[in-house]
Amino acid sequence: MMTVKAADIFRLLPEIILSAFAVLVMVLDPFVKTRKSGLGWLALAGVIATGVGTFWTSQAPGESFRRSLAADPFSLYFILIFLLVAALTILGSVRYLERDNINHGEFYALVLMATVGACFMAASMDLILLFIGLEISSISTYILAGFKRTDALSNEASLKYFLLGSFATAFFLYGIAFVYGLTGTTNLLTINERLGRGDPAAASHFLWVAAILLFVGIAFKASTAPFQIWTPDVYQGAPAPVSALLSVGPKAAAFAILLRVFLGGLATTSAVTFWVLWLSAILTMCLGNLGALFQPNVKRLLGYSSIAHAGYVLVGIAAALRTGGAEGSASVLFYLIAYALMNVGAFVLVAHLAGTGERATSIDDYTGLGYLRPGTAAVLSVLLLSLAGLPTTAGFFAKFYVFRAAVHAHLIGLTIVAVLNSVVSWYYYLRIVVAMYMREGKTEASTYAVPWPLGTALFVSVVGILFLGLYPNLFLKLASLAARPLP
Amino acid sequence: MGWLGEHSLTVLTFLPLAGALIIAFLSPDSAKRIRWIALVVSLIEFLLAIMIFSGFSLHEPGMQFVEDYPWITSPPIGYHMGVDGLSVLLVLLTGFLTPLSILASWSGITKRVKEFHLFVLALETGMIGVFVSLDLFLFFLFWEAMLIPMYFLIGVWGHERRLHAAVKFILYTMAGSALMLVAILYLYNATGTFNLQAILEQLSSGQLALAPKVENWLFWAFFVAFAIKVPLFPLHTWLPDAHTEAPTAGSVILAGVLLKMGTYGMLRFCLPLFPHASVTYGPIVSVLAIIGILYGALVAMVQPDLKRLVAYSSVAHLGFVVLGIFALNVNGVEGAIYQMCNHGVSTGALFILVGMLYDRRHTRLIKDFGGLSTTVPVLGTFFMIVTLSSLGLPMMNGFVGEFLIILGAFRSHAAYGALAAVGVIFAAVYLLWMYQRVFLGEVTDDKNRAIPDCNWREKAMMIAVVLVILWMGIYPQPFLRRMDQTVNQMVEHIALATTSATPAATQQAARHATLKAPAETSEARR
Repeated sequence: MMTVKAADIFRLLPEIILSAFAVLVMVLDPFVKTRKSGLGWLALAGVIATGVGTFWTSQAPGESFRRSLAADPFSLYFILIFLLVAALTILGSVRYLERDNINHGEFYALVLMATVGACFMAASMDLILLFIGLEISSISTYILAGFKRTDALSNEASLKYFLLGSFATAFFLYGIAFVYGLTGTTNLLTINERLGRGDPAAASHFLWVAAILLFVGIAFKASTAPFQIWTPDVYQGAPAPVSALLSVGPKAAAFAILLRVFLGGLATTSAVTFWVLWLSAILTMCLGNLGALFQPNVKRLLGYSSIAHAGYVLVGIAAALRTGGAEGSASVLFYLIAYALMNVGAFVLVAHLAGTGERATSIDDYTGLGYLRPGTAAVLSVLLLSLAGLPTTAGFFAKFYVFRAAVHAHLIGLTIVAVLNSVVSWYYYLRIVVAMYMREGKTEASTYAVPWPLGTALFVSVVGILFLGLYPNLFLKLASLAARPLP
Repeated sequence: MGWLGEHSLTVLTFLPLAGALIIAFLSPDSAKRIRWIALVVSLIEFLLAIMIFSGFSLHEPGMQFVEDYPWITSPPIGYHMGVDGLSVLLVLLTGFLTPLSILASWSGITKRVKEFHLFVLALETGMIGVFVSLDLFLFFLFWEAMLIPMYFLIGVWGHERRLHAAVKFILYTMAGSALMLVAILYLYNATGTFNLQAILEQLSSGQLALAPKVENWLFWAFFVAFAIKVPLFPLHTWLPDAHTEAPTAGSVILAGVLLKMGTYGMLRFCLPLFPHASVTYGPIVSVLAIIGILYGALVAMVQPDLKRLVAYSSVAHLGFVVLGIFALNVNGVEGAIYQMCNHGVSTGALFILVGMLYDRRHTRLIKDFGGLSTTVPVLGTFFMIVTLSSLGLPMMNGFVGEFLIILGAFRSHAAYGALAAVGVIFAAVYLLWMYQRVFLGEVTDDKNRAIPDCNWREKAMMIAVVLVILWMGIYPQPFLRRMDQTVNQMVEHIALATTSATPAATQQAARHATLKAPAETSEARR
């Protein structure tokens, strides 16, 4: 019988607070008849409270529940990203849900639950617990993707995401089974110790099979090639604020698992996993950028672009696998926070510009926006240029650190593929800028003023992007600190 | 000295940006006020550039007005700026051309005046930043950031095919600089610093020795980025589009300053960092430069569009500059630097003049003009002077530069000099023929009879240009003396670095070393 110590609970504080607020939102939902956005503010308060709780937990980091959970800098850093994403998504959704008449309280509860799942994914040291986190996060996001119940595209997105997602989690589970069969445990730390000690399982080819099966499951969530096919469909069909959440939250969580499992538990398979990631990185970058190149729909375009960004992250992870050093992982962690700021910002702004019922999502709809709504267009330009990697924005330093780690790991070929891909990406980000400023014509996008909650979210995004772009020291230090316990 | 003296380069770099910020807060309706603010800011900037130019010590071969502060701790990126004999001239050129291009757009730009001047000033910050940065990272930052305002200038205020030109421009340049970024990272990885001078020290002290293969790769990674910008044949195809479609101010800055960033990069980075590779590949580059000179001239000859003609003439002129640089001797390099400034002034002025014609007639086709010297005599005279300066008539600025370059090319390889001289003749052909078709003969089109001659603003601009052209042609000493120390040191550095390598290189270097006797160079200058 396992005894629960106070420290265990304390180290689980972020997840507990967040779950409590999710349940509270759920319970209060039937009693709140008219002002559902109040539930949104409650959820936001939950996120902020969790932030405080996380800070508190970070004062005494360590493992809990017999080494199955870790409240180490790594997981706390990721929780920070997830909370940021949740907060920005909620701020971007409040008016959106009212406008599109899908203002149901469970939306916020699901956003919080998806975040709880992601937190568990980052914090778990045990494959089973990790799987449960994956499922919590997945199921919440399946529902969120289909949140526009009467919209066919939204339904399609949800179904597609659900079917392919369950398939992928099955692979993941199969991989866990293999690992358990080979090592007799599901705890990553114990696995690492046993394999490192020269356990006969370390030489088994089945371990490679296990690693590849686990990769398939993770790759689906992170939308890396060749398991990225669903991404543009789902991001296009889902309500745009949900796409904002989907494109960062579960993705970052998947990368957290990838780092934990491949650099931590299964570090001995790095000879194989490195090449798997190397190949996948190249495919992901190329397919993502090629898909986005001539894409007329902004949501799909951002979907393809998010695939490409997953590819750059893989470059960083491949570098980490090659050297085993913290530089690669640190660059990935920095990348993810920058990516969170710019991608969530871009999606929630696109949600606003699309207008009621998300009708205006084509690039042509943005024609001339730069002169009708100069402020909004300028913010979107900053977000897009940061995604493209313009110096003085967060996107540049994110790529810069990843490339530096890759060069340091002597992955020159991979780096060249990556930088060339990033050049190609300029083309499609600029297409939106071109439409806004350089084309004459009638603007179809919503020209309503940006509501203040969304304005707040965009302000946070843009200030964050410029702060990271001009003074990356602080967050780089945090990222390096967080990357240190690995492996 | 005071605060301003210690931070003169920071002020110089960010003053235009501050001006852009002021404009950002003005109402878009106050177009006149915006124009004046932009002009005044750029004129103050020009004054500052003159002060730096005159305060530049002639006896110091190294960097002056240096500012060096840590900026980002990991990786160690410094806010490191300074000017030497090479960059001080380009800073002055930038300072001179920006107010000119604002004046040139005074009546031509009528829509979105606020954004236009905002971008022009932001662009100036980027350009100055490129020339004064001594940290590889900082350099790269300005190099990339500068693209965005230029992109908007072409894309928003350009002519019919502006979107195509803008995207082509930015993608071409990005592709080059992406490879350069990998090379910069590689160098950082090998040296642990982005500080250019620290890297050079490590190289010369032997602390860092690049394997020949690595050096060759790095050389090409840097070189291609710069060659695209120059542009060197066969990477020039973005240029005719961008120059032709850009508004007048855009063309002036593109031709006047942006192209110089390529040649500046070759001198600042390729030559000192990779001396062996520069010597090894010098012949290949020189041949490409000569092809560019001849090809650019031939294509310019058959252009029906005035702006495209001037654009192709840039390909030819910049071919001269690259040829001079890779002659790797004092004459060639000094000529190249001088020609960079000349080309900026002459071609910038040509674009302004073509812009004036376009403002009057809304066409750039040569066949639409003819006999203009009778209807607009003043404009015709200015056009003549600038054309002559561009084709390198003695007593004008172009002559000094081209002469030094050809001299330098002769000394490195007689055939190069001979072929380049042919290029000079070609230039005379296409420029004079253009002038003849546009300004001489009978007025064939009645629309050309009614066009007004230069107004006061245009006269003032062109008088300034003509004065500079004559000054640089008759008395080049103040400019050449400022680059002497820097160029001598650079050529010596290359000779020294390559002597220890191969016997063939030793001979070549020794030949260079003897050729760069100071007496000889000052003789050549007369």
